[in-house]
Amino acid sequence: MEILVASAIGVLSAAGIYLILRGRSFPVIIGMTFLSYGVNVFLFAMGRLSVDRPPIITSDAAEYTDPLPQALVLTAIVISFGMTALIVVLALRGFLETGSDRVDEGIPKLPEPAEERLTS
Amino acid sequence: MSGWIIAPVIIPAMAAALLLLLRRSPNLQRQVSLAATALLWLASARLFMLATEGDVLSYRLGDWLAPFGIVLVLDRLSAMMILLSGILASAVMLHAIRGWDEKGHHFHPLFQFQLMGINGAFLTGDVFNLFVFFEVMLIASYGLLLHGGGPRRLGAGFQYVAINLLGSTLFLFAVGIIYGVTGTLNMADLAGKVGQVSAGDAALLRTGALLLFLVFALKAALVPLHWWLPTAYASAPAPVAALFAIMTKVGAYAIIRVFTLVFGAEGGAAASIAAPWILPAALATLAIGAIGVLASGVLVDLVCFAVVWSMGSLLVAVSLFDARSLTAALYYTLHSTLIGGALFLLSDLIAARRGRWRDDLEPSPAMANATILGSLFFLAAIAMSGLPPLSGFIGKLMILDATRTSRAAGWIWTVVLATSLLVIIGFSRAGTTLFWKSEAVAGALEPPPPARAGSMVPAAILILGTALLSLSAGPVTRHLEATAQQLVTPQSYVDAVLGRPAPAQRTTEMR
Repeated sequence: MEILVASAIGVLSAAGIYLILRGRSFPVIIGMTFLSYGVNVFLFAMGRLSVDRPPIITSDAAEYTDPLPQALVLTAIVISFGMTALIVVLALRGFLETGSDRVDEGIPKLPEPAEERLTS
Repeated sequence: MSGWIIAPVIIPAMAAALLLLLRRSPNLQRQVSLAATALLWLASARLFMLATEGDVLSYRLGDWLAPFGIVLVLDRLSAMMILLSGILASAVMLHAIRGWDEKGHHFHPLFQFQLMGINGAFLTGDVFNLFVFFEVMLIASYGLLLHGGGPRRLGAGFQYVAINLLGSTLFLFAVGIIYGVTGTLNMADLAGKVGQVSAGDAALLRTGALLLFLVFALKAALVPLHWWLPTAYASAPAPVAALFAIMTKVGAYAIIRVFTLVFGAEGGAAASIAAPWILPAALATLAIGAIGVLASGVLVDLVCFAVVWSMGSLLVAVSLFDARSLTAALYYTLHSTLIGGALFLLSDLIAARRGRWRDDLEPSPAMANATILGSLFFLAAIAMSGLPPLSGFIGKLMILDATRTSRAAGWIWTVVLATSLLVIIGFSRAGTTLFWKSEAVAGALEPPPPARAGSMVPAAILILGTALLSLSAGPVTRHLEATAQQLVTPQSYVDAVLGRPAPAQRTTEMR
């Protein structure tokens, strides 16, 4: 099981890093997702891999698995899920407004909209 | 007494919820937001006074015992940073309610959530909780950065979100590794446990510590992880960019906190692991920042690179991790946050008065309020580039003095002084172009821009802050010396969190 989990983390991270280095927004987002899956499994494994043990410490339980990484993973999943949703919307809006989904061409130097003239 | 510690997190959180309910009445929203920021300011002043008494205080959330539950810790450093963020936020809020907050939705709730994240990051005593507060801060900052919309912000926003998502992922890897080898994430508990890590796990611990350093360096815009900053800050709305001036300091704060408390001199296999990396990177940051200041053709870009440059000076001092250099670094933190915020606000005021020229560094017909605005810019430029008599000079002098005995003193002095010269040249060129060359340009600005002097008050407050910082440099420095002393002797922090009395420590703290 160790080999399986370790190689899964490795493959997910490698695929994630490769995709993040691509030039269009969609692969970059998919790469982020892979990387966050990788880190979730990694965090989970940091509580040591154990099968069929309760994550609760009771007086009659002979063995237990560490519950803390599971709580950490839960938080991490929620945050990365929300962030992925945000960046998808951001990439979509950016594509619709600029007509390009390249992330390696720098920031568009379009004229500022008229209401940008702040009256302070 | 220690219940006060959570106030800087609770006040913005409650205010943000209330502000969401008030979204139909913008005027009421402004008043509530301003009142909440003022309340936050008062609470942080109270905490600052509590921390000045010398004891480290901790607040256990839900009253869970220390290494198991989450703790918030108030020491001199966190109290000072919270007070700083309160002052900056109040000035920025005064600027924002003059029109910027109406350019998009939900400015005020996002602003309050941002403050909650920043204050939480300063207060927390738990590494995973630090991650959570970083995320709160970042999520709010994504919204604020995109405030007002437009293709430029969307492009910059995508890059900013992407780089920070990557940073968060690295943070999680680091947290996982550190938890895996030590079995705890409470910083005070970690401080004791990193020394007991078995030799087989030493490499893992070092990897975790350096990954953590990488994440904090990304937030602190340390070269080569600074590329996101000029793009993001230059496209952010001006009050947001001014508030972001404290976000880079959150990174610097996290470096100071974790690499004195946990991976400091007694960090076992990972003792003082960040120090050899910070110094060269900080010197490169100074160089890149100063070159960027010279190369910028737009005022806001120039300010962004000046912020990068000031982070370089700050981290040069941090890299030595002794009491004297930390004192210098903390003084410089106060100075550069105030002046960074002031410069972002000033560049917005200038851009708003120059019609189609905005803040491009090209001569334009004379702008409204040119005299007052020019004087403020002159003072801010003096402070930022480190000329006497303002706080930048004192801060730089302290940094140079503290690094005198370092082995790399020659390098530090050369780079700091040479880049200061470049920054002076950059700022004086920008100032002459903006204010003096306008006489040679015929015509008037079309349409005549509004000329309300009141809009300059927030920027003036921040500049006044740096003036006060230089006038009261003596008392401030003494306070910061005590702060630095507390940082290099982390035992009082550990005792306060883990609940052991420390009578001996207390007498040395009180002096």
